[in-house]
Amino acid sequence: MRVSVSWLREYVDLPADLPTGDLEQALIDLGIEVESVVDLRASVTGQLVVGEVREIEELTGFKKPIRFCRVDVGDANGTGEPQEIVCGARNFAPGDRVVVILPGGVLPGGFAIGARKTYGHNSAGMICSAKELGLGEDHSGIIVLPPDVAAKPGDDARPVVGLDDVVFELEITPDRGYGLSLRGLARELSHAFDVPLRDPALVPAPTGTEAPAYPVEVRDPIGCDRFAARMVRGVDPTAPTPSWMQQRLVTAGIRSISLPVDITNYVMLELGQPMHAFDADRIAGPLVVRRAEPGEKLTTLDGVQRVLAGDDMVICDAGLDNALAGEGAGVPISLAAVMGGETSEVVAGTTNVLFEAAHWDPAMVGRTARRHKLFSEAAKRWERGVDPALPLVALERAVRLLTEHGGGTPGAEILDIDHVRPRTPITLPADLPTRRVGVEYPPARVVALLERVGCTVAQGADRLAEDPGAVGVASGAGVALSVTPPSWRPDLTDPADLVEEVVRLDGYDRVPSVLPTASPGRGLTPRQRRRRAVAWSLAERGYVEVLAHPFVSPELADLLGLSADDPRRPAVRLANPLSEEEPLLRTTLLGPLLGILKRNLGRGHRDLALYEIGAVFHPRVGAGSPPAMGVDRRPTDEEFAAADAVVPAQPVHVAVVLTGDLDPAGWWAPGRAAGWADAIEAARDVLAAAGVPDEGVEVRAAEYAPWHPGRCAELRVDGTVVGHAGELHPAVVAALELPRRTCAMELSLDALPSAPVTPAPTVSGFPPALIDVALVVDESVPAEQVRRALEAGAGELLEDVRLFDVYSGEQLGAGRRSLAYKLTFRAPDRTLTVEEAVAARDAAVAVAVERLGATLRGA
Amino acid sequence: MSYRNDPYDPKQVALLDPAALAAAVADATKAFTAATDPDALTALRPAHLGDRSPVSLARREIGALPPAAKSDAGKRVNEARRAIETAYADRAEVVEREQAERVLVEERVDVTLPYDRRPRGARHPLSTLMESISDLFVGMGYEVAEGPEVDLEWVNFDALNIPADHPARGLMDTFHIAPEGSGLVLRTHTSTVQTRTMLSRTPPIYVIVPGRVYRTDEVDATHSPVFHQAEGLVVDKGITMAHLRGTLDHFARAIFGPEAKTRWRPHYFPFTEPSAEFDVWFPEHRDGPQWVEWGGCGMVNPRVLRACGVDPEVYSGFAFGMGIDRTLMVRHGVSDIRHLFEGDVRFSRALGTGA
Repeated sequence: MRVSVSWLREYVDLPADLPTGDLEQALIDLGIEVESVVDLRASVTGQLVVGEVREIEELTGFKKPIRFCRVDVGDANGTGEPQEIVCGARNFAPGDRVVVILPGGVLPGGFAIGARKTYGHNSAGMICSAKELGLGEDHSGIIVLPPDVAAKPGDDARPVVGLDDVVFELEITPDRGYGLSLRGLARELSHAFDVPLRDPALVPAPTGTEAPAYPVEVRDPIGCDRFAARMVRGVDPTAPTPSWMQQRLVTAGIRSISLPVDITNYVMLELGQPMHAFDADRIAGPLVVRRAEPGEKLTTLDGVQRVLAGDDMVICDAGLDNALAGEGAGVPISLAAVMGGETSEVVAGTTNVLFEAAHWDPAMVGRTARRHKLFSEAAKRWERGVDPALPLVALERAVRLLTEHGGGTPGAEILDIDHVRPRTPITLPADLPTRRVGVEYPPARVVALLERVGCTVAQGADRLAEDPGAVGVASGAGVALSVTPPSWRPDLTDPADLVEEVVRLDGYDRVPSVLPTASPGRGLTPRQRRRRAVAWSLAERGYVEVLAHPFVSPELADLLGLSADDPRRPAVRLANPLSEEEPLLRTTLLGPLLGILKRNLGRGHRDLALYEIGAVFHPRVGAGSPPAMGVDRRPTDEEFAAADAVVPAQPVHVAVVLTGDLDPAGWWAPGRAAGWADAIEAARDVLAAAGVPDEGVEVRAAEYAPWHPGRCAELRVDGTVVGHAGELHPAVVAALELPRRTCAMELSLDALPSAPVTPAPTVSGFPPALIDVALVVDESVPAEQVRRALEAGAGELLEDVRLFDVYSGEQLGAGRRSLAYKLTFRAPDRTLTVEEAVAARDAAVAVAVERLGATLRGA
Repeated sequence: MSYRNDPYDPKQVALLDPAALAAAVADATKAFTAATDPDALTALRPAHLGDRSPVSLARREIGALPPAAKSDAGKRVNEARRAIETAYADRAEVVEREQAERVLVEERVDVTLPYDRRPRGARHPLSTLMESISDLFVGMGYEVAEGPEVDLEWVNFDALNIPADHPARGLMDTFHIAPEGSGLVLRTHTSTVQTRTMLSRTPPIYVIVPGRVYRTDEVDATHSPVFHQAEGLVVDKGITMAHLRGTLDHFARAIFGPEAKTRWRPHYFPFTEPSAEFDVWFPEHRDGPQWVEWGGCGMVNPRVLRACGVDPEVYSGFAFGMGIDRTLMVRHGVSDIRHLFEGDVRFSRALGTGA
């Protein structure tokens, strides 16, 4: 909403010398957001004067028609001679008065005006359009002053075009529709400065008459609870909109169309009542106000043909037959409350104008506006709430304006179909503001503030059933106020709304600062602590955390080589993605994470170790829609569980990706490229940091996309697969254009069992016995199994098994390899004898021989 | 061994001569002094103190002397030998010390050689900021609550007093989950966790909710479809707006320094009533001390309490929420929100190494 201060001052006696900054602060303190303040007085510098066009010489031979003009600017140019100006616009004639900026002036945007030779003529200054002056978007021609403007050549043009004003661009919150009107803003400012308000809605307006201004039938009084109309006949169709009105519309960002239409818009801005002007001669029969039949069509004023839904309200011409909607239903001529239709709009020759002012269901208008993506000025006001008391006042205002500026005779008949229900009073405990805000508001103060915003306050006799007892700020309990909000405040429905009015008008800055004492908390949950531990452990090992957007393309599953039945294929799909190419939510962290890896590579980073911890999304296939739940009570546990079962599973995963050197090259040594083993190590590190005991962790070879089938490990905890790690499949690397041998790890933190309370180890002070064994096994035997066999065989005395060498060579035979282990034996209560240690070693080897066909190397 | 029957050899006997012994001592001392390292010194020992050294040979001659002369000669030889040994030991101490000093010099290295063998990793600054905020509130007794990012429309909107046809729902720029009627959205705010917390717990409730949220904003320097919020929710008996202000003041000082201040502007949120937007002022702003918009807050709307099963006649509460991305950007002077999500390792490394 863009309004000028001069217009506001017509309704509220703001202090004459009020600084713009103070006005801005007052608006902010009222809860009205100030988007921008434009001081038009400072927007154009230099001489901006009224000029009268004397002569026009058409210049030809250029790419576009050009005019060389002599313009009388009085004595403003110091000579009294006409100013010579070249102009590209064509919407003016000799005798027209225009706005001229003389050399030396500067237009908004720092556009300096000088005298220069152009198109073969000297041009000294410029004839301005509204856009060039920052007055609006109209650049179709220069400003031609309307005949009613009293200004002579040489006068300062600023007051004439409205450049003597300050314009506020305001953002009105969705609850306060009345703020989208001069009337509402003036009312708020009258509170802020405690000055009188001249309510433009207080004009005496005649009430409805027995005979209607036009036959109208309202078939749906829920969608339309008030419909009022008046007729003005014999209007001069050539009458122009007065310049002051045009100016205010332009400032508000509304295009001037014709006098009747401009008046409806002007009244909307002034009072907040959206209206419509029909050409009565372009309606064939009575009007019918009803819901649309699904599939009915209507071409709105913007030239778009709309297919209507059954929830839309329409105004129909019953004089036209409509097979679809039935007898007497008529053909839609206006999309009610949102936009008029082409067939009945006021046109150039309109002489009989039917003004309509109604009151529509805000929820209906909101749905219609969203359905048709038509967020008109009218719709914006309806869905935020319009004062239902306004229609007759608005009609009176419109009729007066039209007859004053366009002639014609108002009809004596006034239509008013009124189904508006009276407001029910709100019961407000007088001490509720004090208890909610923590500021002592005496009941008299509460009443005064509520009356100031227009409420009617009566003292209720009932002591409230609800008594919060000893909680909060005491006193005042038992005094109940019965508060009826004014008609323009449909947002005030609950006691809490009234509390806000009290604290808002009394001032938010009066609320003191008191720290509450929280109930005892239990700190972070084990899951939260685990996530932090994992994150820090990866960071400490050189991995850099990133946060990727979770949007992915449907092709990603193919690029990653996921099989047709891979559970990561079904994905949650956005109905309205930002990019049609990425409508899905990730089912694996790897897609977006590899994207970030590539971005870093593109920026010249070569050695990269990245990680992310975040949710992946798995749809509940076939879950259907959640059951409908109201808000008047808490849903039962069963109801909410049924709804919650529809919500996609969103486990938190951790993933790393690796490329280039993990150990950087330096003066100390050459670098070491990251490999499959590093990815697996990262997985083991994560499990360790997550508090998963080593005994429960198992690493197995696996074939799992997008990993290399020969270089992929599956991580199991207590037998459950929790993730995978290794080198990416060469085909995936190629498809995603990644560096060769890029490695990755991903596991589900939510799949890990909770960390147990670890029993303390026995730390023996006796010396260890160290024995090395080299076992020769088939190459197909995983080292992990050999280790487990040794552990199983060695018994209690074994403290540690460490693989220190892997060897394969001719003397071992084809397909065999030697694994060399260092076994550490120790007893808790004595120094082991050589015999004991050797016996334990032999037992360990025996199990490896028995289970895996191992042979002791060198034996 | 006896040389008694040997013919007397005046040349050998001359070894016992005092002058000869003095010369042996002088020779040895001179030789030792010339040695500059322990090895060279050790190599000299046989010549001056070994079996064939002058003092050893001289001792061998003593037996040939007449008994009367033996005592004197023996004393002379012993003195000479002691003198040589002392000279040796003295010199050994010197050369060993010199050698130790020389080693320290020779082993000197350039300690300024860059040693970054272990590449430095980093947390993401948004993660660490979310954790600091969590810790601040955990320290006050709050718990950290979480919820799903794809959530029920009912949780994201209806329960928070944003009915289907309310314009506030249109202002939220929501990502909807297909198909139409799924009843699911990407949560537009962390307030979903307000709903879920009140459904699953009974008051008193003191929770802080850091998390990721989504709006259909095209990416530019100040907008991202994915961003982060931290939301506080308190539901208890006798909670007032004064408690809200006290909490926000404490929060502001913890994040923006002890001199930070807050102020409120009346605003509208469907889920709080009364509602306010709050600004924070702090001295270290990149462009000088100033007020910046920080978040929204208010008293939990009794309608929300009711929909979540909390009796608004017994309990009241406050809620506040602020953008973590914005907080980070304002505090550290980040000019473009894209830096937070592009994942360039330089950004995280610069900001994400401290808790």
